[in-house]
Amino acid sequence: MNNKELMLTAYKVRRHVLDAVHSAGSGHPGGSLSICEILSLLYFEEMKNLDTQNPGNPERDRFVLSKGHCSPALYGVLAEKGFFPKSNIMKFRQIDGILQGHPSLKDVPGVDMSTGSLGQGISTACGMALSAKLDNKDYRVYCVMGDGETEEGQVWEATMFAAHYKLDNLCAILDYNGLQIDGNIADVMSPIPLDEKFRAFNWNVIYVDAHDFDSLRDGFAKARACKGKPSILIAKSIKGKGVSFMENQAGWHGSAPNDEQYAQAISEIDAVIKELGGNI
Amino acid sequence: MSEKKATREAYGEALAEFGGQYDIIVLDADLSKSTKTDTFKKKYPERFINCGIAEGNMMAVAAGIASTGKIVFASTFAMFAAGRAFEQIRNSIAYPGLNVKIGATHAGISIGEDGASHQSVEDISLMRTIPNMVVISPADAFESRGAVLAAIKHNGPVYLRFGRLAVPYINDSSYKFELGKGVTLREGSDITIIATGLMVKQALDAGEVLAGEGINARVINIHTIKPIDKEIIIKVARETGAIVTAEEHSIYGGLGSAVAEVISENCPVKMKRVGINDKFGKSGKPLPLLEEYGLTAENIAVNARKLLNK
Repeated sequence: MNNKELMLTAYKVRRHVLDAVHSAGSGHPGGSLSICEILSLLYFEEMKNLDTQNPGNPERDRFVLSKGHCSPALYGVLAEKGFFPKSNIMKFRQIDGILQGHPSLKDVPGVDMSTGSLGQGISTACGMALSAKLDNKDYRVYCVMGDGETEEGQVWEATMFAAHYKLDNLCAILDYNGLQIDGNIADVMSPIPLDEKFRAFNWNVIYVDAHDFDSLRDGFAKARACKGKPSILIAKSIKGKGVSFMENQAGWHGSAPNDEQYAQAISEIDAVIKELGGNI
Repeated sequence: MSEKKATREAYGEALAEFGGQYDIIVLDADLSKSTKTDTFKKKYPERFINCGIAEGNMMAVAAGIASTGKIVFASTFAMFAAGRAFEQIRNSIAYPGLNVKIGATHAGISIGEDGASHQSVEDISLMRTIPNMVVISPADAFESRGAVLAAIKHNGPVYLRFGRLAVPYINDSSYKFELGKGVTLREGSDITIIATGLMVKQALDAGEVLAGEGINARVINIHTIKPIDKEIIIKVARETGAIVTAEEHSIYGGLGSAVAEVISENCPVKMKRVGINDKFGKSGKPLPLLEEYGLTAENIAVNARKLLNK
């Protein structure tokens, strides 16, 4: 896929995010909208040996959404990839749907790990990466974390572990949007400076723009080239990206748009999709 | 038989024994010399992963490894497994149904001198509430070996509870462990003593004491606390009409509670629970501690007599 096609995919994912949280009447649009380019590039370019007919293919690259509350973005990209029919999106968080509020590997084809309780996903990603090393397999493991999530102590246990076992097949992506539920991460419980912390834990730190495919692509290439230590892409992002009234607003961390807001949001997303030559 | 061995010793030996036949990975949190996973480490160093003093991370790492198709044993003290890492076990291991076996050692007050901070008397209760979780509490070395093999063969999470203290053998090398099946160790028709872990030996001794008084007590070993053997519990309730449970665990939520749940819904009979009576432990030598907390054959017998009004 070229960058334009990838962008089209990212905006289709954004549309799924809005459909999901609006139909559910709850969910987390802000942090979902901030990772749409990251997930689109991962699933449509970076990750290898994905097989929608055999989601458990043992040779596949793995993905863990450690910030599991942003499941709408993951479900959106999995649906676009073809792991399950897109019709499931409208059943997000509903009693007769498969798409649980937070990712569940038992329920959703293509989900590699159940997550939702912050700080645990990165540890599970370490386990997957270690297993690849033990078996001399060359699959890689990708893990998206939230910036607020780094307030969890377990993140640093995992960070220590990954460096200790030289998990250079692990690539974390930090969604650095600067906001958490209660406000600015710097005000709530500052984890800043994050780059220096990861460097001090002996990680390879790479700065990228979360909404620029060339920047992301370059970041993933640098991570792949780095041997002997895990890498983290510190991805500067905009929470709520793509919906004007949601951008950079902590209030949209965990609330669904009403019908009017949804209609406006969709019109903004659809305008971009049309501009990119896509069909609605 | 006068020979003794700690169930944690048998655990380490079993890991080393079965490590050749099965692709198991063993994780520990800087306690391998105490949990005895070092017995496995010496034989299969490439499959032993020290996670350092970070139990929450260890449990989720175990989940990640298991998600790639391996059988993972994750070991630390019961307090730091079931207690500290409860939520990682629940959300990252049990909810996705991953093939992780939690080898929890140093359970109960019989760890002795370390005191209450390390004496887990709540772990059975905590683990028993988690869906998908199997909970096993072996009574001796032979049963521990069988439990480890059963855990390997069971596809899904298992919590294995081992002790620090050397305990007498109640079985021999011919013992066949059957997951989820209670074991009748002594026949009797007046009352039944249902025990788990190191209290099984005390239950047998209590059976002897009571026999001397003309009370025929049946003794049942429940090594698998979940899924519990309802059939045998209902049967002994019907046939003997009174039950004393015995465990080195809080009387809340453990074996006693599990038995009470079964009989109250199926065949209510009089019952007494011998266990830790809503207290923290404390430092001391193991045997005097067990006595002080009433975890003895004598206290089981006292409770049996009370139930029978004798």
